[in-house]
Amino acid sequence: MLKKCASGFIRRQGLSAQFAAAGESVGRRGFLRNSGLAFGGAGALAALPLQLVKKAEAANPAVAEGEIVRRKTICPFCAVGCSIWAEVQNGAWIGQEPVFESPVNMGTHCAKGAATRELAIGHRRLKYPTKLQGGQWQRISWEQAIDEIGDRLLKIREKAGPDSVYWLGSAKGSNEMGYLQRKLAAFWGTNNTDDQARICHSTTVAGVANTFGYGAMTNGLNDLQRSKFLMIIGGNPAEAHPVAMLHLLHAKEANGAKLVVVDPRFTRTAAHADEYVRIRSGTDVAFTWGLLWHVFENGWEDKEFIRQRVWGMDEIRKEVANWPPDEVERVTGVPPDQMRRVIQTMVENEPASVIWCMGVTQHHIGSSNTRALCTLQLALGNAGQSGGGTAIFRGHDNIQGLTDLGALSHSLPAYYGLEEGAWQHWARVWDIEYDWLLSRFASKKLMETKGIPVSRWYDGVLEAEENIDQPHNIRAMVFWGHAPNSQTRQPDLKKALETLDTLVIIDPVPTLTAVLGNRTDNTYLLPAGTTMEYAGSVTNTSRMVQWREKVIEPMFEAKTDYEILYLFARKFGFADRMFKNIAVENDEPIAEDITREFNRGSWTIGYTGQSPERLKAHMRYQHLFDSTTTRAESGPVKGDFYGLPWPCWGTPEMRHPGTPVLYDTSKPVADGGLCFRARWGVERGGVSLLADGTAPVGSEIKDGYPEFTMALLQRLGWDEDLTPQERQTIEQIGADLGSVGAVNWKTDLSGGIQRVAILHGCAPFGNGKARSYAWNYPDPVPLHREPLYTPRRDLLPKYRTYDDRHDFRLPVLYWSIQSQDFSDRFPLILTSGRLVEFEGGGDETRANVWLAELQQQMFAEVNPREAEANYIENGDMIWIYGPDGARIRVQALVTRRVGPGVVFMPFHFGGYWQGENLGDRYPEGTVPYVLGEATNTVQTYGYDIFTQMQESKVTLCRIERA
Amino acid sequence: MARMKFLCDAERCIECNACTTACKNEHEVPWGMQRRRVVTINDGVPGERSISVACMHCNDAPCIAVCPVDCIYQTDIGVVLHSKDVCIGCGYCYYACPFGAPQYPQASNFGSRGKMDKCTFCAGGPEENNSEAEYLKYGRNRIAEGKLPLCAEVCSTRSLLAGDGDMIAEIYRERVLRRGFGSGAWGWNTAYYGSLAEE
Repeated sequence: MLKKCASGFIRRQGLSAQFAAAGESVGRRGFLRNSGLAFGGAGALAALPLQLVKKAEAANPAVAEGEIVRRKTICPFCAVGCSIWAEVQNGAWIGQEPVFESPVNMGTHCAKGAATRELAIGHRRLKYPTKLQGGQWQRISWEQAIDEIGDRLLKIREKAGPDSVYWLGSAKGSNEMGYLQRKLAAFWGTNNTDDQARICHSTTVAGVANTFGYGAMTNGLNDLQRSKFLMIIGGNPAEAHPVAMLHLLHAKEANGAKLVVVDPRFTRTAAHADEYVRIRSGTDVAFTWGLLWHVFENGWEDKEFIRQRVWGMDEIRKEVANWPPDEVERVTGVPPDQMRRVIQTMVENEPASVIWCMGVTQHHIGSSNTRALCTLQLALGNAGQSGGGTAIFRGHDNIQGLTDLGALSHSLPAYYGLEEGAWQHWARVWDIEYDWLLSRFASKKLMETKGIPVSRWYDGVLEAEENIDQPHNIRAMVFWGHAPNSQTRQPDLKKALETLDTLVIIDPVPTLTAVLGNRTDNTYLLPAGTTMEYAGSVTNTSRMVQWREKVIEPMFEAKTDYEILYLFARKFGFADRMFKNIAVENDEPIAEDITREFNRGSWTIGYTGQSPERLKAHMRYQHLFDSTTTRAESGPVKGDFYGLPWPCWGTPEMRHPGTPVLYDTSKPVADGGLCFRARWGVERGGVSLLADGTAPVGSEIKDGYPEFTMALLQRLGWDEDLTPQERQTIEQIGADLGSVGAVNWKTDLSGGIQRVAILHGCAPFGNGKARSYAWNYPDPVPLHREPLYTPRRDLLPKYRTYDDRHDFRLPVLYWSIQSQDFSDRFPLILTSGRLVEFEGGGDETRANVWLAELQQQMFAEVNPREAEANYIENGDMIWIYGPDGARIRVQALVTRRVGPGVVFMPFHFGGYWQGENLGDRYPEGTVPYVLGEATNTVQTYGYDIFTQMQESKVTLCRIERA
Repeated sequence: MARMKFLCDAERCIECNACTTACKNEHEVPWGMQRRRVVTINDGVPGERSISVACMHCNDAPCIAVCPVDCIYQTDIGVVLHSKDVCIGCGYCYYACPFGAPQYPQASNFGSRGKMDKCTFCAGGPEENNSEAEYLKYGRNRIAEGKLPLCAEVCSTRSLLAGDGDMIAEIYRERVLRRGFGSGAWGWNTAYYGSLAEE
């Protein structure tokens, strides 16, 4: 399968040629410095005039020696958050060493992490700003680019309103960058902004937050070491989060934990499991209720835990009674004895942890799936304790941080939402007038209306204007760190790309966006530095915040994301307002100041204690943190949990240690303990929603209590503990709100209310019950509903989907799709997933020479049964047809890894369109080493009822020999 | 004196390929050549196991025995190295190797044309330690810097161990005790005990 890559050899030639020319012996370090330079030089030889490579000018090749500087950065791929030592000499990144002292990865990496250096120094990156003119890519200057793009966007804003420009942000930038992207959209005057969080774990965030209070992984990766039972459902960490397997295998070997993998596919993770359960795609609720059926039948539930800390379990009980073993088998395909064995093992081995990924989330009932799994953990009393909880492995390196702070269409940073109070709060933090912000929007209504989600931006372009809840369609897209092939319905997406007036792509690589549509003009490519080329913080899946050092200056003519954003803000005329409290040096906003700004505003989730200084100290003293407890036992960071996992309450000066395990009442709140959040009021239907006779250790209130407000402090007499400065700030905000008592733990910018609550052992967000019944959902009790494209028509009357509705400014189809029968012509289930070598849309990783070599061919896994029926042999090229009329040409991998009737494809490929190679459309020298068909070309409609997550884990298809 | 060995614990290997790309990163190994690769058996069915394979730096290495120009030698710490200046690219070592370690660039500029290339245990070659000539032909010499092979240092699940044979054997033995079984040290017998131990 290995194919020769000509340019790889050219590069080596360039490298040795340079040494031949140098003609003199250099020491090892001198050599390495030169070899780092040669990357820049070779890039220039391949495609560019030499003067472009400013790094080569910066470092003089005649200097044989130079000091080697080590800089610590965080791996830019998945959400595990591995540390990397980068060795830099004379500005060139010459080597990569393991960081053994990191408590997260202890020096380890996967294929991607070990190939990080090439991401930055790889010469298939974008090298200078380019625009498409008459179908040709033409080099332009930065000044021209910002001017032209700015003018075009301003013109659209004037003619069609601010909502006609879509700011598609990224979960790959730093917290600071994602926060700025959200702020930019706000200042531009639209909520049409989103990032990868929408199509990754939005259903987790919504589902888990509506059950426990916060929508994040409850325990950390390290805490998995303490589990006795691990159930991975819809996740494949061996490929998607390999370093998480370090902790999982530790639990298995050192702790004797049982590992169960539930998946339609026998994954690489399943190969290491004690038990593998093959489940039909899209039946997670049925499976979970099937487990709970045994729990309730045998009285295995934790009755005391439920009485004290859970609301609505009786409603669950009623639904679960409908799921006896034979019905579960009929729907999910899992045999009754296996169901019983799994749940019995789980009950006998506590604490048990449930781990899930996109196999659970990417369904039109994704937010029901996630609530069902939380309910399982509540019923068994596994929630809120070390070794238990729900371990939700996030995808991208900073997707947790940019779910918390980044560009999302339904909320301002830190989950404040979009209501007037939220805007008032952030206006206070930003130190600008609310009325000015309001004036930026088309209307107050649109200011407070959820924007179009990334999963559906193309509907915002293509849908008839009268069906959209905004004045006009989307006319310009700014892709700022986002691949297009991670979104389903590629034919519609392609059409939308071709319809747009203006298309702007800001990325280290051109991405598939640049070539997918048949555009000839008004398309701009701006080279952004990678995240190794600027400093900032990132939050991993364990909610740990880590600080990235800037490793090298941006390569070629690339600029940092911060600078590009600043240049746009300046062009739009609001840079002074936007960066009022953020220092800007040489057009680049300073990362630390941005951190401090969101520290001042993100009280809801405790992103307030993680000052840049504390984060940097954690990076410096990594070796002091225990790799199981993640706590530092000595030194300047003594007592802190690594990465100050949020909520890290109060101000940095309060020195809260962070919260490694959410809702864990065995520790005082001041020491990282918590209870469930009192998020939904104090009572419903006459029944209390507050915790019953339980509170975190050390609490002065031994029972449930509502969230803290100034009024509550006054009633308790605890307002006496506020400092004069805190009181003054609270009174100022109170004057704004019309009542001092109304200032609460989320809006008090002094942090005083949080500090005093914690001083008395209380959680600022109250002490409530977790909710297994969420009345704000269409299905308050999670119900199984068949996928929109279901192969099981026989289950439909009973388990049909929702009626069509209208949400996120757009019509959303459910029954009008499910009512059509595609299963006769498209009999196979199609699902998708990850490979270890690539990530996301794969634009960066397929352009990484060390990774690309390992996976050169897009493929589909086909069971031998279907292969035989369709005359397909292993390695044959096949066509895969989707129900919407698209087809893709891929190689068949005949394997029992997928069950009969199932086809699996990885989603990282792009660059082919229904059999056609798009390689010649890339700007010169930027085509990735590996191209392939995108699975999402044939993936279909379907969106979660609550968050608009796309249903990309289950649809239908047909295969045919090509 | 330490005797350097590799050990791949097949119970832990998850085929993440970190060893492969770390090697590429460290030594700038060109496209088409992999000094270390991961092999999976029973792919996709229960019993699936993956193993990271490279030169095992065998006792009584068969490649040394068959090399017609005597370019392969073993260092005092047991690492099997070779001279690309002497190698004639005949391929005998490839046929003799039980692990398929030797590679031959067909027309690359890595080292000399057609010279054999393989894992060096990150110990360079016969040239002066950490010299430019050594780097160009064999890659970095981490051993001379007091470091261990990078593939094992970054292994995601600590499946691949590298170092003094007694120490890694002890680490593995403790794992086996904890797990209660141990069939995973793939290739260990072939590389280090010879045919007698296989029986």
